[in-house]
Amino acid sequence: MKAPRFGRRERPVVDPIGRPLNDPARELRDAEARGDASAVDVIADPEPTELERITGWLDERTGLAGLVRTTLRKVFPDHWSFLLGEIALFCFIILVATGTFLTFFFVPSASQTTYAGPYPPLQGATVSEAYNSVLRLSFDVKAGLLMRQVHHWTAVVFVAVIVAHLSRVFFTGAFRRPREINWLIGFGLLTFALAEGFTGYSLPDDLLSGTGARIAYSAAISIPLIGPYVASLLFGGEFPTAAFLPRFFVLHVMLLPALFAGAIVAHVGLVFLQKHTQFRVGRAREDNVVGRHFWPGQAFVSGGLFFLTAAVVALLGGLVQINPIWAYGPFDAPIVSSPAQPDWYVGWLDGSLRIFPPFEPVILGITIPSAFVPGVVIPGILFTIVGIWPFIERRVTGDRAPHNLLDWPWESPFRAATGAAILGLFAILTLAGGNDVLSAFLDLPIESLTWLFRFLVLAFPIAVWLVVYALCRSRQRYPAPDERPKGGIRLVRNATGGWEEAE
Amino acid sequence: MAGLAALGAALLATGVAWAVSPAAPDPQAATNAAAADQTVVDAGRGLFTANCAACHGPAGQGGSGGPSLVGAGAASADFYLRTGRMPLSAPGQRVVRQPAHFDDAEIQALVAYVASLGSGPAIPQVSSGGELHQGWQLFQANCAACHNATGAGNAIGGGYVAVGLGNADPTTIGEATIIGPGAMPAFAFDDQSLADIAAYIRFLQDAPTPGGAPIGQVGPVAEGFIGVAIGLPLLILVSLLAARRGKPEEQNP
Repeated sequence: MKAPRFGRRERPVVDPIGRPLNDPARELRDAEARGDASAVDVIADPEPTELERITGWLDERTGLAGLVRTTLRKVFPDHWSFLLGEIALFCFIILVATGTFLTFFFVPSASQTTYAGPYPPLQGATVSEAYNSVLRLSFDVKAGLLMRQVHHWTAVVFVAVIVAHLSRVFFTGAFRRPREINWLIGFGLLTFALAEGFTGYSLPDDLLSGTGARIAYSAAISIPLIGPYVASLLFGGEFPTAAFLPRFFVLHVMLLPALFAGAIVAHVGLVFLQKHTQFRVGRAREDNVVGRHFWPGQAFVSGGLFFLTAAVVALLGGLVQINPIWAYGPFDAPIVSSPAQPDWYVGWLDGSLRIFPPFEPVILGITIPSAFVPGVVIPGILFTIVGIWPFIERRVTGDRAPHNLLDWPWESPFRAATGAAILGLFAILTLAGGNDVLSAFLDLPIESLTWLFRFLVLAFPIAVWLVVYALCRSRQRYPAPDERPKGGIRLVRNATGGWEEAE
Repeated sequence: MAGLAALGAALLATGVAWAVSPAAPDPQAATNAAAADQTVVDAGRGLFTANCAACHGPAGQGGSGGPSLVGAGAASADFYLRTGRMPLSAPGQRVVRQPAHFDDAEIQALVAYVASLGSGPAIPQVSSGGELHQGWQLFQANCAACHNATGAGNAIGGGYVAVGLGNADPTTIGEATIIGPGAMPAFAFDDQSLADIAAYIRFLQDAPTPGGAPIGQVGPVAEGFIGVAIGLPLLILVSLLAARRGKPEEQNP
């Protein structure tokens, strides 16, 4: 009898004339009026439960009851695509947990040591402390390789889920007034995730990551005027340096996660303050939110989702090898392996560098290095467009009204076409980043593929834009799912034997 | 043309022999010895006229479609024939690794004939006493840039592909480093270095892959594909499962 009271008071149920049904005071009065002594005992229940005593103690000292009640009663609209952001959050939690384990064993140092572990070909090799410690994690530490692989696979799907979440927000217009700031915060989260991924990829100091760091160094140093200072700040001198490992380590385990966690709080906090957007289905209106309360509904959905997410990354981490750094060997500046790619989410940047024509103009006596346009300018332009999209769209459509109801993607052909074209552009650049592997796989010369990608990077987004725009326009001619007549059309046979639509 | 079935069986047998017993009697020693035998050379000339002369010229001096084989040596002939890269069915075809066209005896005869055309490199005797760490260092410095540190191979431009070394046997490795086929440069490793490299490549072939399925050992391209094409759909499936519709409630903002 005691346990449900806490929950009952949270969710008053109203009778047809608006009186709370489970108002204990009224029930007490009614029971007394009936002379029902046993009911009086049960309803009055002067003893607070153990839980109520604890929460009461806490509330008296923090005054948080109101906030907690609001939080528990927040309504979550019921659509699978709204869970993508939650999955990204869970990935972040898994990354922090596995990453913390990895820091117990990782040594962020480029000092040289002699490998004496169990991997035969490297025995006696001179390697950095960082590389040595990751090999120790992989072969000697219990569950170390599993933790490494789960961490890395989680990072790989993390960015994919962020992109999926961002796409959902984009194509449904969830970023519109009043949520432009949260779009910017979310965009910041994507950028931090990419930076996290790249710094993490660089830490094992293996042959592959060292090659990646060298490319990042080249891109940084290519910025006119300030490039050398930027590169020196990040790498501590001319590549290869011993300083960049500890610097990347601090960025990877401290600064970026702190920024990320702070931005998550702001991102989710704004969703609570502004309430969720929702699709235009059922009882949903601009001025309400239809869905599940956080407690006791969504909390269980999200809790289950967390474990399912963990299951997926554990499956990948346990069954599929990722980044076998022992096979790549330690980084050694004069040695390079082929193919050499970054993790997929930086692949578009690599692709941009790979297919951009060699071009090194001298402007006002300043040489613009060939890595500058494809490695800095093009990414800068693309990311700026994505980042300020809410303001671009507002300018283009002139729609400045607040929106809590979402668009179906086809309802804004311009937005859908532009978003699809940008995704298409990134897809082409990402494929171009794997041009050598694709060349071997498709049995086409790299040079032909490079020219194909140079053509596609211009033509494919335009084609995607036109096709998606046309598809959206044709979809608009059909009514939305909630506007379709229920139960279809009734046909009746007429006197001449033909069929007619019934009234 | 003749005896295709027998050829296939012989091929299979030799292939299996290489794969399972590196200590088996070395067929290359026999091939080198056969080169000196005039009757074998004559048999080789016959095969050459029937299968190779159309491109390489009736006396191996080169022709419209193929280079001169004078001075190519036993190493070159054995490499191209045993890995099935020769003969081509038409000039200008791409030279790719495939099952050998001839059986062992035919290859010995052809090798003896080509070796008799002029002095060239003999088939190397790659010892099995290579040292792994030394081999790893040589491989990283000389081979990884094209064949990948994992030995998985990669495209290297100009339509050339550095082959995966998954089934390269020590003799083939030795021959390739001496003659430099296709886009590969010719190296001048001493016997010990060659044995070291062969030992490391054999280690790569047999090494276990800790951590699970090696997905081609080509690095982030395959990993990214798995992440985006399998990981992401799995997570979307999971969110579809989690978002089963309950009874909706309402809240005013």
